[in-house]
Amino acid sequence: MDVSRRQFVGTGLVAAAAFFGLPRIASAEALEDAINAFTSGADTASDGITLIAPEIAENGNTVPIEVDAPGAAAIMLLAAGNPSPDVATFNFGPAAGRQSVSTRIRLAGEQEVIAFARMPDGSFKQARQNVRVTIGGCGG
Amino acid sequence: MADNVTPRVRVPRDASAGDSVSVRTLISHPMESGVRRDGDGNIIPRQIINRFTCEFNGENVIDVTLEPAISTNPYFQFEAIVNETGTFQFTWYDDDGSVYEETADITVS
Repeated sequence: MDVSRRQFVGTGLVAAAAFFGLPRIASAEALEDAINAFTSGADTASDGITLIAPEIAENGNTVPIEVDAPGAAAIMLLAAGNPSPDVATFNFGPAAGRQSVSTRIRLAGEQEVIAFARMPDGSFKQARQNVRVTIGGCGG
Repeated sequence: MADNVTPRVRVPRDASAGDSVSVRTLISHPMESGVRRDGDGNIIPRQIINRFTCEFNGENVIDVTLEPAISTNPYFQFEAIVNETGTFQFTWYDDDGSVYEETADITVS
């Protein structure tokens, strides 16, 4: 077989990335599974939901997050680059004033925070925000 | 039960009927994620609060499922509609089966 130098180096890099990179962060499949468990694969709109997160977080152990989705029945938060993508699911009851919640989350490093909202009519909305983290927040 | 678990909640003392009031809750808890290792390289077992609920006069306001990615001392701020004088009931559920409870009264005029 004729393998050029470029092909050889490329294959080596991919193998190294697969070996060293994957165990630390959630696999794309875990993220897909978490999304599908919530939306059942339905299409999502991007209006009517607001995700407020800092662009740069100094401390990944406590990153303030606010998500607001007027009229939503439930909101799910995901962190795409954490060891496990799940963060929290908020279910709003009849006595909720506004479908809005603030909390503090852990982020392992620079990554995208994703919010999904399930509306009472069965439709879904999503919002994404990239957050840069100076000090990661997952121990190790 | 984790050590020194203290729930703290803040709601307005009074409000007008139909108002949406801001509710803030904090509970001191280590939220051990289960991915950290101790000095000898052994994984520290996970122990987090996995569920939090808030009710007003028996009616659900919010029901939260928490994962290890929620920070130490879980903090939530949200809003509730109050139509009559009553009591907020807050409940936190620990991985080890412990349940922590707190209440707060509000006068509605």
